[in-house]
Amino acid sequence: MANNKKMKKTTRSNLLMFGFVIVFWAVIQVVSLTGHMTSKLNGLLIPVCAYIIMAISLNLVVGFLGELSLGHAAFMSAGAFAGIFFYTTVGATLPKAAALVISFILGGAAAGLFGILVGVPVLRLSGDYLAIVTLASGEILKNVLSALYIGKDSTGIHFSLKDQFSLGLKPDGKMLIKGAMGIPGIQKFSNFTVGVILILITLAFIVNLKNSRAGRAITAIRDDEIAARATGLNLTHYKLLAFVSAAVFAGIAGVLYALNYSTLVADKFDYNLSINVLVMVVLGGMGNIFGGMIAAILLTILPEMLRGFSQYRMFIYSIVLIVMMLFNQAPALVAWRQRLVSKVKGEDRKAEEKVETADASYFEEMKSKSNEKTGNEESVKEEK
Amino acid sequence: MALLEVTNLGISFGGLQAVAGFDMTIEKGHLYGLIGPNGAGKTTAFNMLTGMYAPSEGNIRLDGVDITGKSPEFICKSGVARTFQNIRLFKAMTVLDNVKVGMHNRVEYNVWHGIFRDRVFREKEHDMNKKAMNLLKVFGLDERAEYAASQLPYGEQRKLEICRALASDPKLLLLDEPAAGMNPNETQELMETVRKVRDDFGIAILLIEHDMKFVMGICEDITVLEYGRIIAHGDAETVSNDPRVIAAYLGGDDD
Amino acid sequence: MQFLTYLVRGISLGSVYALIALGYTMVYGIAKMLNFAHGDVIMVGGYVVFFAFCKNGFNPWISVLIAMGACMLLGITIERVAYKPLRGTPSLAVLITAIGVSYFLQNGAMLLWKSDPKSFSSIVGINGLNLFGGKLQISAETIVTIITSIVIMIVLMWFVKKTKPGHAMQAVSEDRGAAQLMGINVNGIISLTFAIGSALAAIAGALLLSSYPTLMPTTGAMPGIKAFTAAVFGGIGSIPGAFLGGILLGIIENLSKAYISTQLSDAIVFLVLIVILLVRPTGLLGKKTTVKV
Repeated sequence: MANNKKMKKTTRSNLLMFGFVIVFWAVIQVVSLTGHMTSKLNGLLIPVCAYIIMAISLNLVVGFLGELSLGHAAFMSAGAFAGIFFYTTVGATLPKAAALVISFILGGAAAGLFGILVGVPVLRLSGDYLAIVTLASGEILKNVLSALYIGKDSTGIHFSLKDQFSLGLKPDGKMLIKGAMGIPGIQKFSNFTVGVILILITLAFIVNLKNSRAGRAITAIRDDEIAARATGLNLTHYKLLAFVSAAVFAGIAGVLYALNYSTLVADKFDYNLSINVLVMVVLGGMGNIFGGMIAAILLTILPEMLRGFSQYRMFIYSIVLIVMMLFNQAPALVAWRQRLVSKVKGEDRKAEEKVETADASYFEEMKSKSNEKTGNEESVKEEK
Repeated sequence: MALLEVTNLGISFGGLQAVAGFDMTIEKGHLYGLIGPNGAGKTTAFNMLTGMYAPSEGNIRLDGVDITGKSPEFICKSGVARTFQNIRLFKAMTVLDNVKVGMHNRVEYNVWHGIFRDRVFREKEHDMNKKAMNLLKVFGLDERAEYAASQLPYGEQRKLEICRALASDPKLLLLDEPAAGMNPNETQELMETVRKVRDDFGIAILLIEHDMKFVMGICEDITVLEYGRIIAHGDAETVSNDPRVIAAYLGGDDD
Repeated sequence: MQFLTYLVRGISLGSVYALIALGYTMVYGIAKMLNFAHGDVIMVGGYVVFFAFCKNGFNPWISVLIAMGACMLLGITIERVAYKPLRGTPSLAVLITAIGVSYFLQNGAMLLWKSDPKSFSSIVGINGLNLFGGKLQISAETIVTIITSIVIMIVLMWFVKKTKPGHAMQAVSEDRGAAQLMGINVNGIISLTFAIGSALAAIAGALLLSSYPTLMPTTGAMPGIKAFTAAVFGGIGSIPGAFLGGILLGIIENLSKAYISTQLSDAIVFLVLIVILLVRPTGLLGKKTTVKV
């Protein structure tokens, strides 16, 4: 039956995604075992994993919930600071494995909490307004973290939002977070396998969420909020679910990312990073998790590969971005591409397409007709 | 006790009284019509019944429970489902998923069952698929289950919207211009479907429609609105002979 | 007196934000898109003035006029090449393209003019004011900036309300399709909007750099973001709203810098924005429209 066919189809494409991640892992293993790994590429592995997790999780908000978030980096930052703060303090006294696991969990939890804190008030907004508010909350977090000083001495832990001196540390004191200088002296931990495991966990969570009752509710809200409410869906509940789940994984990605460097500064997680992740999601195709992953890999590695052209690389990147967007989205170019494809594929395809477009124009016509007929009725526009 | 009792319902936007003194009683298993010229307040009445607008005055009782001013989610859960005059489907989702979203509050399992795809998840999903396919079959849409909702032709989109509403297992179904934009054949077919839905599901249906043949053909009880007020009420015969109704539609000489 | 000094400085910075926000808001109102690259047009304007005025000693008026012309041309080109083909696609696609354009301008500037900061000299040639026996000093740049922005806001409102192209703009903003059917050259109007917005950006760039004289390829980015929040703050699409939002944002930023914390001033600005949007979801002067069911 059709059901079974569908089950098979989604399962197959899901398996493909998991398979891809595992193949990616295997290829890297082979490359490094055979001694072909360059230090440049090696340094990129963990950022690539972190960006993949970021892109998958942002897809939940942008692709499935259909809301624009320009603050995804903030959740990464919240997770990174919480996780690393634990890792460098309490974690230093624990066995390494336990310290790492707890750091990841704490990072995810902190980002999730920040997600709730931001999401509860702002998810009432939508569209460009939500975009600007998420951007703003990210900048707020960045500023606050950049001004945060935490130190420890024999009398206990001291906080300040001003400067190091107002902590009043005793001579035996130690700075734990140094404002804009962030958290120094992190014991680096970069293990590609751990990164891949985290990707697989993220992937499993988000793909399964998407293909469940909650996921259907989330996509239904994206497609039509009014119909979703009339169908009995609790908008706030599901918007928050999507937003906070995405935040949790961004937080985990943050911990993973931060562990790769010896210092952690808040400035790294600015709106440019949020935008970069958004670009990955959009280039990969909104709602297309696999595409997002590929884009995350390419957009992290490509600029580094272009290092040879050092000063030209971001310039080239920007042109590629614009051209890709035009090529993928501009109606005229899309139509031209379809014509090209149908020419290549032959007449059959062409005939099919003709029917489709004829149908489509028929819908449009009928729809506008019924709108025309009834559109004026009882539309109450409040203007205040 | 009547299924739905509406008394003295009214709403105003700014200074404009869109609907006033709206009374209606709906019994289980009957077909009701709500008609009136453009701008009479029919959809506004629907919006109040389904919680989209909070009424300024009056009272709505469903099965004796006061649902006045409750949220659309709550009202849908209580058993009132609706369609829209400008079709509102979940366009990018499949036909099957549209219906499954309709069942959201009827077949429940929590997020974690979905994440771990455990037995509860598989059983409930299986259950949902079966129910949804049966429902689609009633409307002859089962062959289209895997199409995106936006790929369906117009008439089938209207049907799917009804199908989705029925999936929430309503006691009362509100149809906002189900025949809009349909040709006579499609309208005829839709009339049969609506009647069949009433008979097979044993629910009450209230519909807004401009196609008089449609309304007069299937509705047992018709309410006529003009300028937000009820001007006539009764069966097809009574209503179509009422001079005020004729005046409202053809333009009267009394005002 | 101290307070007044901060307030006046805030209004001055706010006036620059207002000028940029006016460009944002007009483009949003008419083309219905967030032109993320708007801030970078300011930077380009800044460089043009820098080379004309600071390097080659042109008259300041002429320098600013050249910059306005260059930015207009740039704005129209950007719209034609990058935004116009995407008309009618989801707003996210246009937003990403605009982000691409922003990167393009920043990195293009980096290639052309290098990334080292240039020190800008003020285009304002008059003396500042000394009030209350020197207790309150108002720089000439401050005065010129405030007056310029007020004049421009009034002219812009007059233009939109009273002139034929202004009416056409309103029509395109209300309903593009209907405007086209009424014989309005929609493409022309959108180009005009971009031209005006970009010209304002050039003026804003010259004034911003006269008060804060460090010029780099990334100079426009942060003021651009702030001005965008100012436009949203005031109610995006509304000309007086953009002006009000800009001024308030500048004041809040400067006062919190002075009295609360330099590091946290941006956080405070953005926090106020969030609170305002939650209380009045369409900004201070924005119009409220409800979705039809």
